[in-house]
Amino acid sequence: MNKNHRVPSNRTLSAVEVKSKFGAEFRRFSLDRSKPGRFDEFYGLLQHVHRIPNVDLLVGYADIHGDLLPINNDDNYHKAISTAAPLLRLFLQRKEEADYSAFGNDTLTRKKTPASLAAVLLRPDANRKKPPIIISLPKDFRPVSSIIDVDILPETHRRVRLYKHGQEKPLGFYIRDGSSVRVTPQGLEKVPGIFISRLVPGGLAESTGLLAVNDEVLEVNGIEVGCKSLDQVTDMMIANSHNLIVTVKPANQRNNVVRHGNSNGAAGAGAASGSSGCSSDSGASYYSYSAPGAGATTPSHIIQNFRPEEESDEDDEDLVIETHRDARPSRRMAAGAVPSNSMPLLPRYEPHLNLRPSNGAIATSASVGSLSPPSKVMDRRNLEEDGTVITL
Amino acid sequence: MKHAFSPHLIQTVEHGFPSQPSALAYDPKLQVMAIGTKSGAIKVYGAPGVEFTGLHKDTATVTQIHFLQGQGWMVSLLDDNTMHLWETGQKERCSDLREVRSFSLPGRSGIESTSVTRVTVLLVKSSSDLLTLGTEGGGVHFLELPSLRLVDKSLFHDEIMQSVPEDYRCGKSLGPVEALQEHPLHAHKILIGYSRGLVVLWDFKSRHVDNLFLGKQQLESLVWVRSGSSFVSSHSDGGYMVWSVSSSTPCIQEPVTSTIPYGPFPCKAVTKILWRTTQAALVLFSGGMPRASYGDRHCLTILQDSVHVTLDFTSRVIDFFTVHHVDRDHELDDPSALVVLLEEELVVIDLQAAGWPTIPAPYLAPLHSSAITCSYHISNVPTRLWERVVSAGLQQCSAQTCTNWPICGGKNLAPAVKQRELLLTGHEDGTVRFWDASGVALQPLYKLSTASIFQIDCEHNDSFTQAAEEEWPPFRKVGCFDPYSDDPRLGVQKICLCKYSGKLVVAGTAGQVILMYLSDEKSDHMIDLATVDLLQDREGFTWKGHDRLPPKSGSVLFAPGFQPVVLVQCMPPAAVTSVTLHAEWNLVAFGTSHGFGLFDYHRRSPVLARCTLHPNDSLAMEGPLSRVKSLKKSLRQSFRRIRKSRVSGKKRGEANAQLAEQDSEVTPVQRRIEPRSADDSLSGVVRCLCFADTFLRDGTHHGPTMWAGTNSGCVYAYALDVPLQEKFSEQSVEALLGKEIQLMHRAPVVSIAVLDGRGNPLPEPYEVSRDLAKAPDMQSSHSVLIASEEQFKVFMLPKVSAKTKFKLTAHEGCRVRKVALVSFSSVASEDYSENGLVCLTNLGDIHVFSVPALRPQVRYDCIRKEDISGIASCVFTKTGQGFYLISPSEFERFSLSARVITEPQCQVYVERPYESSEVRCSAFFCF
Repeated sequence: MNKNHRVPSNRTLSAVEVKSKFGAEFRRFSLDRSKPGRFDEFYGLLQHVHRIPNVDLLVGYADIHGDLLPINNDDNYHKAISTAAPLLRLFLQRKEEADYSAFGNDTLTRKKTPASLAAVLLRPDANRKKPPIIISLPKDFRPVSSIIDVDILPETHRRVRLYKHGQEKPLGFYIRDGSSVRVTPQGLEKVPGIFISRLVPGGLAESTGLLAVNDEVLEVNGIEVGCKSLDQVTDMMIANSHNLIVTVKPANQRNNVVRHGNSNGAAGAGAASGSSGCSSDSGASYYSYSAPGAGATTPSHIIQNFRPEEESDEDDEDLVIETHRDARPSRRMAAGAVPSNSMPLLPRYEPHLNLRPSNGAIATSASVGSLSPPSKVMDRRNLEEDGTVITL
Repeated sequence: MKHAFSPHLIQTVEHGFPSQPSALAYDPKLQVMAIGTKSGAIKVYGAPGVEFTGLHKDTATVTQIHFLQGQGWMVSLLDDNTMHLWETGQKERCSDLREVRSFSLPGRSGIESTSVTRVTVLLVKSSSDLLTLGTEGGGVHFLELPSLRLVDKSLFHDEIMQSVPEDYRCGKSLGPVEALQEHPLHAHKILIGYSRGLVVLWDFKSRHVDNLFLGKQQLESLVWVRSGSSFVSSHSDGGYMVWSVSSSTPCIQEPVTSTIPYGPFPCKAVTKILWRTTQAALVLFSGGMPRASYGDRHCLTILQDSVHVTLDFTSRVIDFFTVHHVDRDHELDDPSALVVLLEEELVVIDLQAAGWPTIPAPYLAPLHSSAITCSYHISNVPTRLWERVVSAGLQQCSAQTCTNWPICGGKNLAPAVKQRELLLTGHEDGTVRFWDASGVALQPLYKLSTASIFQIDCEHNDSFTQAAEEEWPPFRKVGCFDPYSDDPRLGVQKICLCKYSGKLVVAGTAGQVILMYLSDEKSDHMIDLATVDLLQDREGFTWKGHDRLPPKSGSVLFAPGFQPVVLVQCMPPAAVTSVTLHAEWNLVAFGTSHGFGLFDYHRRSPVLARCTLHPNDSLAMEGPLSRVKSLKKSLRQSFRRIRKSRVSGKKRGEANAQLAEQDSEVTPVQRRIEPRSADDSLSGVVRCLCFADTFLRDGTHHGPTMWAGTNSGCVYAYALDVPLQEKFSEQSVEALLGKEIQLMHRAPVVSIAVLDGRGNPLPEPYEVSRDLAKAPDMQSSHSVLIASEEQFKVFMLPKVSAKTKFKLTAHEGCRVRKVALVSFSSVASEDYSENGLVCLTNLGDIHVFSVPALRPQVRYDCIRKEDISGIASCVFTKTGQGFYLISPSEFERFSLSARVITEPQCQVYVERPYESSEVRCSAFFCF
């Protein structure tokens, strides 16, 4: 292990100059670019040079664009080393502080919202002209939709799951009556059906790209809509709106998921959704809204938006508020009495979002993530930018 | 459990007055009456409890019904020109009505127009073997009965014309046949009246014109005088004529007398006249009012000697008949009663008592005398309350006679009722009517008016003073159908009655909550007033709706019965949406679209007021007339008008084609898929309230609680501190908010009920303290059942942790409209019963769930899903029956329980010379 030492003045290509900041303290050292070693060794080194052997750390680095990116595995560690030109600037944080209580119980080194760290640490000036994109881990995002049950459905059908999450963004679609042609033993037959009639621009349904106008709705949360009226289907969808699973027969059959053996599940889904399986989002939107003097409080806003109700069926846990004797109930505002966003916040993530490329038949495939917006204003921003940055 | 449910929903009986009646008939031998309706139903009524119904296959208006006297057959004529023969049969425990066959007159060969063969009038001969029809074309046809086979003996104009004097003919036709009447003594002679005025006495045995009566006025109806020596004709000019019949003069030019009773100015037609012989002749006729001054009145005139009464009804006279002696032994008709079928009610006049008073009807109650706004059912009414209500009711109807009901045919076979049931209906005019719903016939018991405690501009006094004046015609207001409400704010919205203490809460449209005590003595007292501000200083809201009703100052005289004691008025005065009463705790809770309140009526003091408004909810503040809405509406209408006028400018065919095109292109109805949000409009409406003695604060101490549920899926639970009975006066009740539950799906909370440790609903107030019900299980933990429009959930108390749930809407796509906890008794054993949650959905079907497991048990189709008012009006009883309105005036009663069924069980004894199935040879006739 290298000792703490001054940086050599002659910059050779083989050495990477490292400047590590922890709190108010800086440490400088160098690493061999060709032999960076493993991440856990590097982590140990950092603890050692800062003399904080028992402190759990969040490691971030500034990349060539000046963005703060996490270092938490071998891949991004190697990436950081290879792109450092020539100085590698590291920012260390105590995990407890960074996690703001809610994430503490995670045993893995989970880097929470590096974007927010970047915002705090690197970008006090907000008025940047062209905000760059921050790419983060899929698990740092919340799923908003997915195609599911690809392995059991006919190829002409698509089962789409929309996650409402109690966010402000509307589901944003309309349904209508119509008729479709079915093949029956008697030949072709016209039968009444329910169709998607309109997508609200910027709504959840539109932004996923998984539903389109004139798609025929076949099932709602596993219940066939065959003999049900438009009003019944409407009520069923609204009743399931927090976790809506719609099986449609897309009007456009060209983007169907095609199952070729094992490995193409994810790719097929990607084709269907028109985007890659990886989730991405624009850091830009984040910057622009966090800018106006939000300062260090911003991360907590973001955390707050991870609603506990995002998990599938048992999510609609009703809110029970115990009221104490001293409360003067009759004077309280009704709305204030139901503080839906001051609940204990325990984010959970969809297990099926883990994109394991090695996993053969991927039943639950790609999804598009977006940062949960901290407020309505941000939400709108997000919508605007989603349109350009994440093209679906 | 299954054996407690009826395998299918049984629609047992229709209570009330049939909607849109169109025909009336009476069988003097069987003493039963039949009413036909515009929807093609025939309803037969006899003695109370004797009623049965038949329905034509086609929904066409029944224009006439004629009994084949004493034989249980009747012939109906529909407006599609078909005739149907109905037969009264016996099916299990009840009589029923079956259509046997039908007939329609074939078009006359060579004449295209169908109106010629349109049947205008029917006559069933007293021998019941022949049906005579008169047609629009003036022909008279004969049908064999009961086979409805056309007999080739038809009589046409030309045959009559031969005997008509030349100068009367004028080349004109005689017009349609208006009336057919059989000679009272000679059954082979019939009187045929033609529209133009000619009346012919025709002997169809000899096919010969006996007499000609050359009337010159357009004919409306004919009636024989009992002796057969003369007949009376009524005319379109408002007059009637008496013609004498003598064999010596075959052609009579002039009537004996001719009167226009309401002349000399032009009068409306006398549509029907009856001439009954008593010591003095009794003339009854409908219509004939002076066109200009009273042309809009619906009147029936009774004339006898110098007595002249003009019965003034509030709805159109459909038909009428008298109940009188028909057998030949009696020399006189001596009518005992006049039965008048009006469009909205049935009125029966006692013709034998002086002053011709009305006889209260034991059935066909006009439920809608003022529009029904809500209903409330009480099962198993204690005898004491029942007697007091009945006696209060008897003191109200002094103007009516106690004569027996004249229509008394058939026999009611239903067993005597074991349990008294009350149905309370709230009306638009602020009245609450109490009905005996124990049996098949829904009988009025008592009527309560809440209008008397308010100052209302339009008092009734003026109409009384008018009546006192000497007036011609001598009008007498009869009937109780009165669709006009003095003030819409009086409308009753919610009712709650404590059957043990006789305390009643009536809550209305202007936020009034009236508490009443049942008293057997009349009383003159002041009412205590209180105002509860439900906005609770909430800023930024202004109420733009109606004002509250101004209460009368000073004392008010109240008749025996339910007497108002306390009036609580909510501010803002929005309609009360929920009310409940706990007489043992002296508490009444009420809710509006703004919040809810709790009132201690013993100390006359408000306990609690809570605003449930969401700050973004503008609609709630606008009052019932929303400006936002009306602006939208008017905009939409004006756009439509513009579009219409554009279309009319073009050529019609072109425009129509375009319209058709437009229709196909126009975007079809679409529905937005969006979860409910917190700031949906009217989210603060308090949908349900309930009191319960249960565990709210901790698992060891139970106590009084109050629960309120709102339109936005919020439930408030309050722990109440109710003093002991003896300290009611000193100590005040206190309410502390214990829990607030926000249902995540935010659907309106339809009902809340607390279940005891065994999962049974808590008993009603007083039931335990008076040993009327088993004490609830207070050992194991209680639970609360919250029913929203989308799902049912059972939460454990006091933690309010979800135990079971059923997501109805997510599964079925239907929404909950009404729920009730019902105790289903087993058919096998009377003692065994189980609780079920009964739920009526917006699709009109009924689901039953087990409680508290919430497992679906059974599903029934009940109401058509298009019948929104029917679904909204549904009430369930505690024993698995229910009522809903099938028209503004009729309740359909249904039963889910296999044990508790209230249905007609009756028998009508008929004597038929032959059965309808027997084919008789036509030689039976001897013309």
